[in-house]
Amino acid sequence: MFYREAGQFKTSYAADQQMLPIPMDRYFVIGVVLVAAILIPAFGSQYWIESIMVPVLILSIAAMGLNILTGYAGQLSLGTGGFMAAGAYMSYKVATNMPDFLPVWIPVLVGGLFAAAVGIAFGLPSLRIKGFYLAVATLAAQFFLLWLFQSIPWFVNNSVSGVPSAPPTTILGYHVTGAQAIPEAKYLFVLTFVVILAIIARNMARSRVGRSWMAIRDMDIAAELIGIRPLQTKLSAFAISSFYCGVAGALWSFCYINTVEPTAFDIGRSFDVLFMVIIGGLGSVLGAFLGAAFIFLLPIFLNNVPGWFGLEIATDIVAHLEFMIFGAAIIFFLIVEPHGLARLWQIAKEKLRLWPFPH
Amino acid sequence: METFANLLGVDPFSIWFFFEVLIGGLMAGVMYSLVALGFVLIFKASSVFNFAQGVMVLFAALNFVGFLEVFSDLPVVLQVALAFIVTMAVMILLALVVERVVLRPLVNQAHISLFMATIGIAIFLEGFGELIWGSNIKPLDIGIPDDVTFVGDAMIQDSDLFAAIVASILVVTLALFFHYTRIGRALRAVADDHQAALSIGIPLNHIWIIVWSVAGFVALVAGIMWGSKLGVQFSLSILALKALPVLILGGFTSIPGAIVGGLIIGAGEKLAEIFLVDAIQTYIYSGFPAAIEEWFAYILALGFLVFRPQGLFGEKIIERV
Repeated sequence: MFYREAGQFKTSYAADQQMLPIPMDRYFVIGVVLVAAILIPAFGSQYWIESIMVPVLILSIAAMGLNILTGYAGQLSLGTGGFMAAGAYMSYKVATNMPDFLPVWIPVLVGGLFAAAVGIAFGLPSLRIKGFYLAVATLAAQFFLLWLFQSIPWFVNNSVSGVPSAPPTTILGYHVTGAQAIPEAKYLFVLTFVVILAIIARNMARSRVGRSWMAIRDMDIAAELIGIRPLQTKLSAFAISSFYCGVAGALWSFCYINTVEPTAFDIGRSFDVLFMVIIGGLGSVLGAFLGAAFIFLLPIFLNNVPGWFGLEIATDIVAHLEFMIFGAAIIFFLIVEPHGLARLWQIAKEKLRLWPFPH
Repeated sequence: METFANLLGVDPFSIWFFFEVLIGGLMAGVMYSLVALGFVLIFKASSVFNFAQGVMVLFAALNFVGFLEVFSDLPVVLQVALAFIVTMAVMILLALVVERVVLRPLVNQAHISLFMATIGIAIFLEGFGELIWGSNIKPLDIGIPDDVTFVGDAMIQDSDLFAAIVASILVVTLALFFHYTRIGRALRAVADDHQAALSIGIPLNHIWIIVWSVAGFVALVAGIMWGSKLGVQFSLSILALKALPVLILGGFTSIPGAIVGGLIIGAGEKLAEIFLVDAIQTYIYSGFPAAIEEWFAYILALGFLVFRPQGLFGEKIIERV
């Protein structure tokens, strides 16, 4: 009753092919973006914007990236952290060595492009190696890249500590990166990237390139037989996925942790992003956001629960319990909703369509 | 530039030094194989890529050390034996719980979901083990010899030798178990073809419990070996990540593959760490960073895989449309 796909007649091809052809979807998404862009920075508290919204949005970019590779193209990757690090280190290098008049989004994009190149290099074996063999092989990217950035001082301008802080940069006179930036400015900077990258991801998924990814995912030999080139398809998935991860890594360093450090991109990060993709829903842009929010907020939530009930538990026991509950929650979600949180959204739409009649 | 061999005060070109590094590497490889074996067993019987194997090693070792303390007023032999038996009971219980709570509800789901579930198990066990037994480093000493033996001029750690012997006994025992017992035959049948095994009345659920218990047993042995070498601590579960390149090198479905893969990775890693880095530093670029141990195994395995995508001993992958 509230939501219907039937009866939405279009009179031009342009209207029929737009990204969100159903008006309800369109108004809903525009509404969410407006709330995110205007209401949250205007009324949200500093803590929420800086410590929750910014990291969740950045991780959504990384999750979108991994979703392109794993959800759409079917190539399991455990090297996300390495690709994020590639983006972070390269954009730091560019940001600290470029002339001042260039805008700050350039180093972020260069970081993404560098990550894409690295992704292509580590994607090459995917032409021969499949499934879990590939997953373990991508761990090579994770360990090799982190080692590379840690042990070659060129990337951090020969900084003595090896952990330089993010360069402060401005747009229209406002600091958007580094420690001086106000949370709202960082947030809007990140949000711009998120919106643009989400639109691109959504459009890629329903265009020729996205369909060839899905064909390769569903059965690569069959895809090859109907004329999809595995080389281009797989490598483009690796490149674009790594681009997203690289941008996410650069933003993570510049706008969230304010330093460029290898520990932020360790193997734990790779698994976190993979969890976001699986819990959120494979092959869904919406799922990337839901998954990122869920995985990032769950530990924070678990950390605060004892406080709400006034329980005094030693911090190390809380940490162990947190691990246990996190692990159990992941298993629980995999069992009750194997298709991820995005599937719940589908079910909700179904209900809205049928309401008030059950069939 | 001072090279590693100079630092040790040995002639880097001596054949004995080469042998010493090689044997040290092979022995380290045996330790990786012990962890990889557990992965292979579970993958063969249920096609589950069990990421929790590394944490199972840690969990088993934590329990073993904990129960050693519980039985500390008994004579040593009895103490070790009792701790071993009780820990084994814990691992079997774990197998039961995992089968009932995790595997059974997830049966027929995508492989990646099961893989993620085992990461969930890993995270859970990590918290659970340390919640019960605490998170400080515990020494483990059950009388494994820690002298050194000299073969020519090459020095060999006795504990490494001991680990190699234990690993061989373990592999022979597993091979006998698989070939000459009823359960072993059932396990091989399931590994060969799930559907056919089901149709002749082999209960898959029981097989999973058994195979997870056997993997628990292997994890316990590996945990004791690793624990007496490094102390029982959190980093054991990270060390287990080294078993992954061993696994892809040897093939997910092959027990000999796990052993040979472990030996190749172990020896290759140690030789590269000393001789390759030395050569690069001497002839190509003196500023080349030394610690390549973190990633070398992966790159080595990746190189092998490009030529044999199913690993050295894995079953040939036949693809049909």
